[in-house]
This record gives sequence, structure tokens and C-alpha cells, in this order.
Amino acid sequence: MELLEPILHHYNHWITIFLMVSGLYIVVARGNMVKKLVGLSLFQTSVYLLYISPGKILGGTPPILAEGYSVYSNPLPHVLILTAIVVGVATLALGLALVVRINEEFGTIEEDEIFQMISEE
Amino acid sequence: MKFDVVLRVVIKMLLPFILVFGLYVQFHGDYGPGGGFQAGVITAAMVILYAIIFGLAAAQRVVPPLLVEIMIPLGVLIFAGVGVAAVLLGSDYLNYSVLLHDPVHGQELGIMLVEIGVLVTVAGTMTAIFYAFAGRGR
Amino acid sequence: MVLLTLLAAVTVGVVRLRNLFAVVILAGAYSFLMASVLLVLDAVDVAMTEASVGAGISTVLLLGVLALTKTEETRPAHTPLLPLFVAAVTAAVLVYGTYGLPSFGVADTPMHLHVAPYYLEKSIEQTGVPNVVTSVLTSYRGYDTLGETTVIFTAGIGVLMLLRGRGRRARKKDDAS
Repeated sequence: MELLEPILHHYNHWITIFLMVSGLYIVVARGNMVKKLVGLSLFQTSVYLLYISPGKILGGTPPILAEGYSVYSNPLPHVLILTAIVVGVATLALGLALVVRINEEFGTIEEDEIFQMISEE
Repeated sequence: MKFDVVLRVVIKMLLPFILVFGLYVQFHGDYGPGGGFQAGVITAAMVILYAIIFGLAAAQRVVPPLLVEIMIPLGVLIFAGVGVAAVLLGSDYLNYSVLLHDPVHGQELGIMLVEIGVLVTVAGTMTAIFYAFAGRGR
Repeated sequence: MVLLTLLAAVTVGVVRLRNLFAVVILAGAYSFLMASVLLVLDAVDVAMTEASVGAGISTVLLLGVLALTKTEETRPAHTPLLPLFVAAVTAAVLVYGTYGLPSFGVADTPMHLHVAPYYLEKSIEQTGVPNVVTSVLTSYRGYDTLGETTVIFTAGIGVLMLLRGRGRRARKKDDAS
């Protein structure tokens, strides 16, 4: 049981790190621009998990005040992450608009082909 | 073509319920989960669903692009206007307590106006972005 | 915990697949799983926003872009050894860092002791709103929400500036005719 204790306490954090690192890997290693944007959105979503999982108190309820409940989960990370989600989708929309314009200009959305075209001119 | 008819009839019956749910989420954001952002996205999703099933031209007849483009800055204006109104009544910017005779009622009025502003901007922006993407490849 | 493992499995699928349509649908499934995880962690407002924004608007926009560009990703030309190495080193450093973090779910970490109890106690008597997240978002921290609304406004204006008017294909057709 001693060996399983760190796993139980930190499983949330390790999954968050795995999601963050795979989002980072997609952004850095893949050349297709739409896939890079999907990877970026994966990365942002893992950060939401990173902020909200310490806010939960075992045995508490969602932070809506009502009769009969006394222990509430922390509402401050929820506020931050609500703003962050909407900012994330705004960034995604702008990035996708840029991808559409790049595609019309160069005819492709693969990074390697665009670099070739630019270095040939 | 049979499936086309099924989709059209079901979606036509479903759209008013989506709008009512969006308004419910907006106005009950004080007592349960919800608020301006979720309600704005649900309202935009209703317009997008209509555009997907019935075509972009039909959707643009119901919700014209000019109306949508006016909605985008209108919400920000409402939000900032509440703050300026608080300054004109003699207190700090965005201090809702001075808006009415009683601090608690002033806070409730301020929160409701601000959430309406957020709803208008978010719904307008999501619908305008969808119109821009869908109208591009023609 | 089962949900978190499913989330990791969906992420592996997103990394490996090359058919972009499947990647977009898996990203929608990922958003849905993330909303369920957030619900289990007692974050109801955030779960509703993530479900509607992530699984709704993101998927629609990505599918719209896929209709305007192509749907298959080409095979990478060189093996991604350096990015894999960088990713592994980052992961190792971060995992080493998690041993200093408090365990999951305890109630007496510094995060729960300073400002949060004040908001939880005073929310009804000062603002009259039982949903603490809404009252903090619009009243106690209303200035940040004004900034966020401005960010959405800027993104809408930016997309309209970039994508207004007809596309290049339409203009080429007009030139030819």
C-alpha cells in the first residue's frame, strides 16, 4: 500500500502532465497547421485540469450556497478558468481564420511545403 | 431523401426549446450553474444548427449579418455603460451598490445588466465567426 | 479516475492519427470527457462552459476549416526524435515537481484559507446571489470580466477583418468569366 499511496494522491497531476506534454509534442513535431491548433487546444485544456483539481475538497459540494451544506469547493479557480476557456476559443477562431487565408495564398497547409515555396522564390 | 425530412421536422420542433433553455441558463445563473457565457454559446449554437440543416441563405434571412455585427460591440457597450453609470452616480467605476436605493438590490440589478451584455456579445461573436467561415468557400 | 484514463487514451489517438476528420471528432470527444471530469471535480459552471464551447463551437469551426482545406495529413519527412526527447525531459521534470504538491482533496492547504472563505460567507449578504462563481465573476472581480468581453470582441473583429469578402476562388472565377 505504501507504493500505491503516491499514485492515489497524485494521479490527477500525472495525467495532467501527460496531456500537457502530448499537446506540446503535437505543436512542435507535426507540420499540419490544423493539427497544431488541435494540439494547442489540448494543451490549454490540460491547464484547466491543473488549476481545478487542487480546488476540490473531498466531501464538499459545488460552490452554490444552499441550506444544509457547510463545506464547499473553492470557487476562485472556477472563475479564472471560465475566463480562460472563452479566451482559448477566441484564440482558436483567430488561428483558424489565419489557416484559411494561408491555404488560399499558398495552396497548402503543411509547413514543410510552405517553407519550400518561400525558399524557392 | 427520407432522412432529410426526418432531420428537418425534428430540428424545427427542437429549436424553440434550445432558445428557452439558453434564456433559462442566462437568467438562472444566479441560483444554479450558468451565466452569460454559457447562454451566449447556446443561443449561437441554435442559429448554427438552423444554418446547418436549412442552408446558410435561409439562416441569413432569419438572423441578418448586419444585426449580428451590431450585436458584437453592443454587449461591450452595455457592460462599460453600467460602469460609467456608477461613476455618474458618484462612486467608483463598476460599483453596483449605488445603482438603486439599496446596496443589495443595486448589486442584483448590476449583475443582471452585465450578464445581458455578455450574452449579447458572445452570441453575436460566435454567430458572426460561423457566418464568416461558412460564407467563404463559395 | 476511469475518466482520466479514457482522456489519456483519446489523447494518444489524437497524436497518432493522420486523418484530420477523425482527429477533429476525437477532439470533440476529448472535450466531452474533460467536461465530465470537471463535473466530478465539483466545477459545475466550468463543466457547462467547457462542454458547450469545446465540444460545440470548436468542433463546428474545425469542421468548417476542414471543408475549406484538405482532410489528410502528410507523413512527416524526418523522425521526430528531438521533440520526443524534449517532451520526455519536460515530463520528467514536472513529475519530479509534483512530489512537493499537497495531496488531492485535503481542506487545509493555503489555497483554501485566505480569500475563498470570505467570498463564501459574504456572497449572499453583500450581493444577494447564491451562486458564488457568478457573484465573484461579475461583482467582486467584474473588471476582469470586462476585459474578457473585450477579448471576445477583438477576436470577432479580427476574424471578420480576415475573412470578409469572397474567397480567392470566387475572385478567380470572376476574372476568368
